[in-house]
Amino acid sequence: MAKLHITTSINGEATEFLCEPHETLLDVLRNDLQMTGTKEGCGSGDCGACSVTVDGRLTCACLVLGVEAAGREIGTIEGIGSSDKLSVIQEKFLEHAALQCGICTPGLVVSTQALLEQNPNPTEAEARYFLAGNLCRCTGYDKIIRAVLDAAATMRGAA
Amino acid sequence: MSEAREFKYIGQSTIRPDGFDKVTGRANYGADLSLPGMIWGKILRSPHAHAIIKRLDTSRAEAFPGVLAVATHSDFPSVTDQAIESGEGSLTLLDLARNVLAKDKVLYHGHAIVAIAAKTSAIAEQALALIDIEYEVLKPVMDVREAMAAGAPILHPDMFTQGLAEKPTTASNVATRLEYKMGDIEAGFKDADVVVEREFYTPTAHQGYIEPHACTVRFEKDGQSMIWCSTQGHFDVRASTAKLLAMDLGKLKVIASEIGGGFGGKTTVYLEPVALILSRKSGRPVKMIMDRDEVFKATGPGSATRSWVKIGARKDGTITAMQGRLAYEAGAFKGSPVMMGCMTAFTPYAVSNMYIEGFDVVVNKAKVAAYRAPGAPQAEFAVEMLVNELAVKLDRDPIDLRLQNAAQEGTQTIYGPKFKRVGLVECLEAARDSKHYQQALAANQGRGVAAGFWFNVGGQSSVHINMNPDGTGTIVEGSPDIGGSRASMQMMAAEAMGIEPGRLKPIIGDTENVAFSAGTGGSRTTFATGMAVIEAAEDVVAQMKQRAASMWNVTAEQVEWVDGVALNTAGEDRLSLAEICAGADRTGGQISGRGNINARGAGPSFAVHLCDVEVDKDTGKVDVVRYTAVQDAGKAIHPKYVEGQYQGGAVQGIGWALNEEYIYSADGLLENAGFLDYRIPVASDLPMIDAIIVEVPNNFHPYGVRGVGESGIIPPLAAVGYAVENAIGVPVTDLPLSPPRVFNLIQGKG
Amino acid sequence: MAVVDYNAPQSVQEAVALLSGSDIKTKVMAGGTDLIIQSKSQAVEPLRVVDLKHIAEMMSYSLDDGGLSLGPCMCCAEFTALHDVEMLYPGLVEAAYLIGSTQVQGRASIGGNLCNSSPAADTIPALIAIGAKCLIVGAGGERTVAVEDFVTGVGRNCMQPGELLQRILVARPAPGSRDAYLRFIPRTEMDIAVAGAGVSVTLDSQGVCTAARIAIGAVAQTALLVASAADALVGTKLDEASVAKAAAVASAAASPITDRRGTIEFRRHIVGVLVKRATLIAKERAQASL
Repeated sequence: MAKLHITTSINGEATEFLCEPHETLLDVLRNDLQMTGTKEGCGSGDCGACSVTVDGRLTCACLVLGVEAAGREIGTIEGIGSSDKLSVIQEKFLEHAALQCGICTPGLVVSTQALLEQNPNPTEAEARYFLAGNLCRCTGYDKIIRAVLDAAATMRGAA
Repeated sequence: MSEAREFKYIGQSTIRPDGFDKVTGRANYGADLSLPGMIWGKILRSPHAHAIIKRLDTSRAEAFPGVLAVATHSDFPSVTDQAIESGEGSLTLLDLARNVLAKDKVLYHGHAIVAIAAKTSAIAEQALALIDIEYEVLKPVMDVREAMAAGAPILHPDMFTQGLAEKPTTASNVATRLEYKMGDIEAGFKDADVVVEREFYTPTAHQGYIEPHACTVRFEKDGQSMIWCSTQGHFDVRASTAKLLAMDLGKLKVIASEIGGGFGGKTTVYLEPVALILSRKSGRPVKMIMDRDEVFKATGPGSATRSWVKIGARKDGTITAMQGRLAYEAGAFKGSPVMMGCMTAFTPYAVSNMYIEGFDVVVNKAKVAAYRAPGAPQAEFAVEMLVNELAVKLDRDPIDLRLQNAAQEGTQTIYGPKFKRVGLVECLEAARDSKHYQQALAANQGRGVAAGFWFNVGGQSSVHINMNPDGTGTIVEGSPDIGGSRASMQMMAAEAMGIEPGRLKPIIGDTENVAFSAGTGGSRTTFATGMAVIEAAEDVVAQMKQRAASMWNVTAEQVEWVDGVALNTAGEDRLSLAEICAGADRTGGQISGRGNINARGAGPSFAVHLCDVEVDKDTGKVDVVRYTAVQDAGKAIHPKYVEGQYQGGAVQGIGWALNEEYIYSADGLLENAGFLDYRIPVASDLPMIDAIIVEVPNNFHPYGVRGVGESGIIPPLAAVGYAVENAIGVPVTDLPLSPPRVFNLIQGKG
Repeated sequence: MAVVDYNAPQSVQEAVALLSGSDIKTKVMAGGTDLIIQSKSQAVEPLRVVDLKHIAEMMSYSLDDGGLSLGPCMCCAEFTALHDVEMLYPGLVEAAYLIGSTQVQGRASIGGNLCNSSPAADTIPALIAIGAKCLIVGAGGERTVAVEDFVTGVGRNCMQPGELLQRILVARPAPGSRDAYLRFIPRTEMDIAVAGAGVSVTLDSQGVCTAARIAIGAVAQTALLVASAADALVGTKLDEASVAKAAAVASAAASPITDRRGTIEFRRHIVGVLVKRATLIAKERAQASL
């Protein structure tokens, strides 16, 4: 099958790749671009481990075709925090021990960032419902929610 | 040894050393390694629950453009049967080989039959459709009652029940019968004023780790091979794979990637031996990743069980007799954790008369694997539900009744040893005194209390600590880090050496650069690998003192080590660790310490949980409104990660109690092999989980550590189950308590 | 089906042309949250995809005295943030909000939910309750079909090959007229509906119900408009007895199946509970809008 040539922007950087039409954005990120920070937990949009943003909207990369990235702005975990400093969200996850095995963490960090951009002062319930699409099996969510609410408070304080 | 000891670093919640990698996506898990020339492997799986393979022809698939290798069971060299080490599971080599790739017969929906390696995974998938295969479909048996009934279809014609008084002559689906006993059970019941008994059911439940099994392997022409895989025990992967493929251990290097959850489910092999065969036959590196669907269908979940329990007590609350009969599903091959169910079920209680019988039963479901305290949650569900029922009959507070009968130091267990110091009483008291327990319940709410016990294990761990000229060092240990144990290793070494934890970097070695270490499981890592770390750190300190002594021309006995500094007791000199390292080339070379142990003296961890639920009586929906998990950690090295174990175990148990179950069709096909319909708790389902750490030190560990990873999943099934019973006023016996089941109970339809 | 060809037309005419006379199976794609999963699960038959998200009118909306005209491919996250729409059609908005997780909301659309035509789709009972209509366009021209007639079976609708859903049209609700949607799931999120109920009521200034529409979902091959249940409400003040009667009629009209998400008996019971609860919410909203 002939591959398609796609031009896109990932984390603000112009990027090109070749992919087959059936490949998802998740396949493209992980296999064609070697950006393995975005994880695959289910391939069917049920676990949120592959959370990315497309034109600023939070979504699952496994539910977007690679070809749909053309002309879009894609945001992945690799674009959060800078090369020398973690973002507040990442720091709070570490401080609160909001990760154990860490496989859900990239997806949660991306989703938390989307949450706080949309709602800088979420209640516990709002945070839980927004993040319901990010499954975690290790932590029971308690410390994750604490990290999210603390990150929100810190970011509001710093604003 | 470690009562009321002041620690310098232990007990703080430091930032874990691998944290940066985990929050940035840099950490590399099982599916994250690609090699030049790599091809992809995919597996054809049985569409039937029970069938004979009449005909198998892979020639069309092999001829498909882009296909480079095909593997079936006939690619395994012939092996003699033997037991296999696999964490807390139990398996024989023949069964493992037949599970990894079916031989002649398929025994569950999803059972692997043929593997294909091709240039892309899409080509491999297309080629699977070209495999010609004919089945003779057989009637499946799908639960213990069916399997044990007369005339049941037999899965294995060579299975004759072990553990019976008379050796049987007809094949059976019961692999083993076992029993444990203590005292005189009949006398115990005669002595009782009140007796409660009931039958309970728990469903097949999966560990639910978010990362599917994955590996990248390379088989070289000279026989040197490499496996990169997500596993709880890379030495076990090496051992199993080498036995299956008749390879020398020394020729197979296994690298443990970061692991995205295991909970016991990644203590065996599925893909790795198959990928290695494909790599050998194709001459290329091979990557294999399970789909989510395959994870549910074809990896080992936790056993479904039917339990009957009977408890007798005097009016004054003394429990006089505990009896049980447990039947556990092993899945397609023998080896459920029914033995551990028998050993743990009554163990929270100091009762003289106990009798428990267990049956290991095969059914046409995936072969079970260990799932966090394997065997215990199911059995304890039955016992704790009945203890709560007993409390009501005796008009006693449920915690109070347990305190009266609690196992303590000196209590004789049914499985052999007498307890050394244990913390059940302290946990019960902490639960009783908690804020949660003082809260009044509102309308339509109910409360459940439950306890749980897990032995925890020790086992082999090896560590070496390599110091650098600048006084930093690397801790090389062999326990894959599932939950943040690296941070605890760093702190334990730092404590023993008296230096800042940040100066030591813990890494997990592969099977070639660290000595043998048993897998991460059994709640052993902080305990046993921790002990090896401390031994290695003390070895470093001893050598440091030797070096200082030789520099000062005194004996080693004249050197004291305090807070990372060598002090000459015969003079004024002092040398820091960094200074000794800086001069080490002149005193004999850089220093490396080691610890190789087979740890004994693992301390059991008791847990007590409280759960409040609210039930919508019109729909049967259950909400958990309040939850507290109390557990004895002995000594919490890293309190936040200890709490995390309590909370994670609690939530897995809540899921098991409320909505998780494998759903099968009448033909034995798994209908909910995905996260959409296998319903694990999501963030909005839960409140905060209060975690209370009790510390009754385990004197066999230098810092008092007890393993904590597993006990936390044991109490929730009954804590939730009884809370629902308390809310609706109807006995609960079957899990999960999904809305239809609760609604039917309320309606009186059982 | 495995996607072998991807197209992103810029106009409805272009899209219709691609759908007509294609040599291989061709499907339109909105958010893709159903299509991509379906294409993976039967990855043998080749599939041509026509992505509608580059067509402006498929992604936009207008709201005026005539009512709502909605582009079917607007993602739910965007739709549910439209306050002006929420004020008039709170039930439709809450139905759209229930589709999947936040991530799914970032892609899934009402049009996609409707055209996927699952018996358990959340927006379909809500659309039926407010009398929504489908504007369908094809090579032969345009036609308008009421939503309750649009879905014809499990995963099937009345569109012919070469047709696509161009707009969803809803009349503006009068003062005293509002809707509500409820669904029942075993967890709090992330589940497909076990049962769903969309209700719209119209009250006069005395609080008497002058019109009503009740639609139930996930309890039959398609969502059902249950006129007889609504009849039980008309002329009443939506008191306990009338609401209970409506719920019972709706329950009786259901013909659910037993599957991994619910049994026949349970679904029949639950849909009655949901009709009752949704009616009371719609009543409150209708009263507030007078």
